[in-house]
Amino acid sequence: MKAAFKFHGGVHPPTHKTESTGTPIAQAALPSKLVIPLHQHVGARAKPVVQVGERVLKGQIIGRPEGRLSSTVHAPTSGTVSAIDLQPVAHHSGLPDLCVTLLPDGKEEWIAHSGVDYKQTPHTELRHLLRQAGVVGLGGAVFPSDVKAYSNKHKIKTMVLNGAECEPYITCDDLLMRERASDILRGAEVLRELLYAEEVLIGIEDNKPEAIAAMREAVINDKHEHMQVIAVPTVYPSGGAKQLMRILTGIEVAAGVRSTEKGLQCFNVATAYSAWRAIAHGEPLLSRIVTVTGNVERAQNFEVLLGTPVDELVAQAGSRPDTDKHIMGGPMMGVQLPAASVGITKAANCIIASSPALFPPPKPALPCIRCTRCAEVCPAELQPQDLYWFAKANNFGKAQEFHLFDCIECGACAYVCPSHIPLVNYYRYAKSEIWAREQESQAAEIARERHEYRQFRIEREKQEKAEKLAQKERAAAAAKVEAAQTPVGAALDPNVDPDDTMQLRINAALARAKEQAAASHPQNTETLTPQQQAEIAEAEARRAQAHEMALSDAQRKNE
Amino acid sequence: MWISPFITKSNSVSEIMFKVMLALIPGIALYVWYFGPAILVSLTLASLTALATEAVMLKLRERPLKPFLSDNSAVLTAWLLALSIPPLAPWWMVVVGTAFAIAVSKHLYGGLGNNPFNPAMIGYAVLIISFPAHMTHWLTPHALGSIELSFAEQLGYIFNGVLPNGLTLDAVTMATPLDTLKTQLHLGLSAHDIRDMPIYGRLAGKGSEMVALGFAIGGLYLLLNRIITWHLPLVFLGALFATAGIFHLLDPTHYVAPLFHWFSGAAMIGAFFILTDPVTSPTTAKGKIIFAIGAGVLTYLIRAFGGFPDGLAFATLFMNICVPLIDAWTQPKVFGKRESNK
Repeated sequence: MKAAFKFHGGVHPPTHKTESTGTPIAQAALPSKLVIPLHQHVGARAKPVVQVGERVLKGQIIGRPEGRLSSTVHAPTSGTVSAIDLQPVAHHSGLPDLCVTLLPDGKEEWIAHSGVDYKQTPHTELRHLLRQAGVVGLGGAVFPSDVKAYSNKHKIKTMVLNGAECEPYITCDDLLMRERASDILRGAEVLRELLYAEEVLIGIEDNKPEAIAAMREAVINDKHEHMQVIAVPTVYPSGGAKQLMRILTGIEVAAGVRSTEKGLQCFNVATAYSAWRAIAHGEPLLSRIVTVTGNVERAQNFEVLLGTPVDELVAQAGSRPDTDKHIMGGPMMGVQLPAASVGITKAANCIIASSPALFPPPKPALPCIRCTRCAEVCPAELQPQDLYWFAKANNFGKAQEFHLFDCIECGACAYVCPSHIPLVNYYRYAKSEIWAREQESQAAEIARERHEYRQFRIEREKQEKAEKLAQKERAAAAAKVEAAQTPVGAALDPNVDPDDTMQLRINAALARAKEQAAASHPQNTETLTPQQQAEIAEAEARRAQAHEMALSDAQRKNE
Repeated sequence: MWISPFITKSNSVSEIMFKVMLALIPGIALYVWYFGPAILVSLTLASLTALATEAVMLKLRERPLKPFLSDNSAVLTAWLLALSIPPLAPWWMVVVGTAFAIAVSKHLYGGLGNNPFNPAMIGYAVLIISFPAHMTHWLTPHALGSIELSFAEQLGYIFNGVLPNGLTLDAVTMATPLDTLKTQLHLGLSAHDIRDMPIYGRLAGKGSEMVALGFAIGGLYLLLNRIITWHLPLVFLGALFATAGIFHLLDPTHYVAPLFHWFSGAAMIGAFFILTDPVTSPTTAKGKIIFAIGAGVLTYLIRAFGGFPDGLAFATLFMNICVPLIDAWTQPKVFGKRESNK
């Protein structure tokens, strides 16, 4: 079946996919070390739960999710934790992040793991298994899948399975669909069940006939009656979730609207595959398929352990000496890596070794001539030339009025710009400035409230003090009268002038403060043995898990 | 650090401008065929003036010379201006018009991409207001068989202002077909009788109608190569045709048939090459349509009722003023936010 709808605009950059589709997926060699970022997903960074020097097993949790929107990070192989520190990571910001460095021992020793029969397992537990297995969106957005595989308020009619893979050079989903179609579809079936979706529409660009055939065959062989494979026209960015939803269903999900409100949810094919491995085999997400291409001898897809240093991976495809940088992702939306030593993350679908010959440096930008070629290709139907103008002039209000935040940063505008203006840079700049300003104004608002409260509190305390003082003075006056009638008490310090009530009050206050400090001093956990700590951690984890399972469903019902 | 996208389509401003100039070639070739090579002199003169003025202005504005001198935009402006003024105009007129177009209407407003008015049309407006007499002496086409100057004699007039003995300027030039129409209508002739005069051909003026056809062919090339979209040229021609058609239907003795308006004056070059200047026209599809309708109606009204022989330049400049307003009014709905999607 062919797609019935299309989206506005789009571009047709040279695909460069055949370079890496000639050979099947290869298992990447075990690297000398693994640098595993604890923040590989949307949401809060996972909290490290291992110690430096600790031996870990393959599949053992090394980072626990913190909060509702977070995910789990595992040891991709057995070995020893050699460091937990800030390392360069693959991120637009270029800032380092907390990583666990693991030295593999080569034994590939697994923790005990086993799968469940999803049909016999409650949905709540299935979602919990996905969370514990660290399953996140592998199309690049890395949104925790357990959070997405739930719909309460909105009825999901259609689940879109994204196999479009529209970015040039990338072929990891293509190869995965060719080789592991059955497991992808089984995973998709689990996700469909979790969503109570009526149908699964699988969108694959028509430049991947082998993948389309393999997926269609699997649909028929495994009798997935709710599923349909749809060949979609090859045009970038058809793999954008909202663009693909539009192509397959005709429904447009505006920026700021959840697709679930329109009865849609979207998963990447690789996510469905990992979901199946997690549910049916108990295997957490330890590796992913990565296309290694560009300036290499043998472009190919590898199954790569998360945390594998990029340079060690690229070496297996035959590095070339003139490679000057590496790009994670495709040439349209990818990120230039801050160092070749960064670890492969869950978001890393492709590594392109880049050379000045492959991707020549950008030409100097000329002024915008308002030719609107950018508007013609914009899939969000924006007026990029106006957004550029406003961003450049720091006119952020106008930029927002012209729907700056509907921009998906696909780069189609910059791709066609005859003036070679790095348009997406301007939009990212404007967005970050707006965010910074909003935070600033929020902070200012909080500061103002705090200041007002402080004024109020000081005023109140002054009044209270004045009242207390008056009371005490009355009491002291009474005591004086009494003392004058009786002999001097032995309990009183002879050095202290009994008339000096101020000194008495200070002494009493000091004593009270000491008492309070002693009472509230935390228990000294630093003196515990590692074993004791581990026991405490385990007990707390069990408690947290039980609490979380109960809470997450309660929260969902409240949503 | 370098940020995505890491690849770009191979196109550039200079390539776009070059293709537009390429599309002018058929019209220019026919110009030379019907009126002789004098136009090539003014094209060259205007191009050199434009580049020199551009260089001086860039220097004064402390901008790099190479990227801007090679963007072809100044030369394109020069060509459009040269094609709008009589080929026999004295050299200093070409120089003054071009220099004003580049220095004042382009660079004083911020250079490439920032000028609110079409520079070539500003140049034209300055010349027709300052030197109206010189702007009315157009070459007669070969087809009329009147006295013709040799190329050397033409050069002599352009650069020295000297004509061969015994010849006056009026003897070797004529008014434009549009101008003649206007004058003759004033003198009381009917549109039908005027059309029978020997200077007119099948569509409009002899010779000039073919040049207009040449520009239309170039315009089709631009459309097919997606250098321009259909909105501006086709809607403009439609609006001009419709307005002329209404008047012609109401009163055929005073208002000439609409096809005449298409192929006379600057209608064709205006539709495909002048209105379509991206810098000075609206960016939205709806805006382009409004702009083109306005320009079409105004061109006709100025031609039929105004004091100038042609109306395209002033219609363009007037619509140029409206562009920011038109753009603001015609912002399209974005993905997912259309009425039908709610």
